[in-house]
Amino acid sequence: MKYGLLFAGLFVASVAVAQKEEALLQRVRAKMEKVNDYTAEGRMKLDVSFINAPASKVTVYYKKPDRFKVKKAGGISILPKGGVSVNVNALLAGGSYQTVPGGTSTVNGVATTVVKLIPTDEASDVVLSVLHVDEKEAVIRKAVVTTKESGTYEILLNYGAYTAWGLPDKVVFTFNTKDYKLPKGITFEYEKGGEKKVEEKAKSKKGTVEITYASYAINKGVDEKNFR
Amino acid sequence: MWQLTRIELYKIFKKPRTYIAFAAIGLIILLIQLAMYADGETYLEFMLQNINAAFDIEGKKLNGFFVFYLILHTLLVHVPLLICLVAGDAVAGEAAMGTLRLLVAKPISRTRLLLSKFIASSIYTLLLLTFMAVLGLLGSVALFGVSDLMVQKSDMFILLDKSDVLWRYAAAYGFAALSMMTVASLAFLFSVFADNAIGPIIGAMSVVIVATILTTMDIPVFNALKPFLFTNHMLNWKGFFDRPVDVREVLKSALVLLAHIVLFVSLAIAFFRKKDVLS
Repeated sequence: MKYGLLFAGLFVASVAVAQKEEALLQRVRAKMEKVNDYTAEGRMKLDVSFINAPASKVTVYYKKPDRFKVKKAGGISILPKGGVSVNVNALLAGGSYQTVPGGTSTVNGVATTVVKLIPTDEASDVVLSVLHVDEKEAVIRKAVVTTKESGTYEILLNYGAYTAWGLPDKVVFTFNTKDYKLPKGITFEYEKGGEKKVEEKAKSKKGTVEITYASYAINKGVDEKNFR
Repeated sequence: MWQLTRIELYKIFKKPRTYIAFAAIGLIILLIQLAMYADGETYLEFMLQNINAAFDIEGKKLNGFFVFYLILHTLLVHVPLLICLVAGDAVAGEAAMGTLRLLVAKPISRTRLLLSKFIASSIYTLLLLTFMAVLGLLGSVALFGVSDLMVQKSDMFILLDKSDVLWRYAAAYGFAALSMMTVASLAFLFSVFADNAIGPIIGAMSVVIVATILTTMDIPVFNALKPFLFTNHMLNWKGFFDRPVDVREVLKSALVLLAHIVLFVSLAIAFFRKKDVLS
């Protein structure tokens, strides 16, 4: 009888905690759902050991639920595969996941509540998402996402003028990179001979994409052609 | 000197063989542009398969700058052979026609005569490169438009902003001119020793081919030789498409090429001044 009561108490407590996390996510989602679409101007910086690309002005297009495109006007932009992940809205879209409480943490000096999301859809590429949610502002400050295809990546978000919409001022997306090697015959590149360059850059297996947003045009409609 | 050079230029452009190089380059450029226009996307997919596996690349990948870069890669290995056709003929051609003896009998120093011939050969080389640049760059830009330039190296993928590309092509043109003048000066040197044009043309072509093969073969025993091969330094036009440009390396190669030109032309003059011209 005593043990029965104890189990019942623990069960009730865990359900209550999970409900608290779920309620928090509902608040985050409610904020995000105010945004049907946006066009944002920003600056993107890609830092990958084998890619040498200049920081450039980009336009970011988003449309509910998870359509996301980064374009450089008249130029070429490079994003890690599944670049949609740079957009956290995609993580909460659909709502087919189970929440597990993960305690608390601090992200860039802000106290957050950790919530783990386990997708219920077996076909989902995402295996686990760990969200660090700022309870006060009801925004995600950090997300660590493990996927079947692209390994684990991390998204850090800073908020400013668009906090009320749940839209970040700056996103830093960290991801795993694979080796890059092309045969020299294809690149018409030949061994120079003579003294070899010893300062072979320590090739990091991590890459980052940093997008700093300057402005958002929210719910003004986004043309379909921008997602092609 | 300019008068002499003009006469030499007249002689060069009077010969039908001079136009073979222009026709060949024009044809190759048009074929590459046509091929890229018809099936460039497939080619790009193949080239980018390594990076496409992990990244999404958005934008106009197949653009005029990219196509011209491809043209330069393909052509700058073969243009030296076409330059030999004219530079190798400069002195030996006169000997073969029997006009060289007549020419040296004129009251002009042999040094000036030879220098004017070399300047004329260099002008021809520059015109050929300009033709290649105009047809290749303007044609490709007109056909494919402009966008950022993707440069693929064996261990690095470089993306250059479209506003940061033209000066690189201009600098690469200057460097290519130096490279091609090195080949012209070699063919010119051989031309001094022969009494018909075939020998110096084939001779210079052979040297360029052998040295290019040694340059391109990635075998350790040849690697030690590479710093001493001018063909190895000729490839450094690509240095302008690095970010940042390794100025020291490019400058070093430019100086090596310049030294070769001075050496080959000086040797040609030295030998020609003492040559007993019988034909």
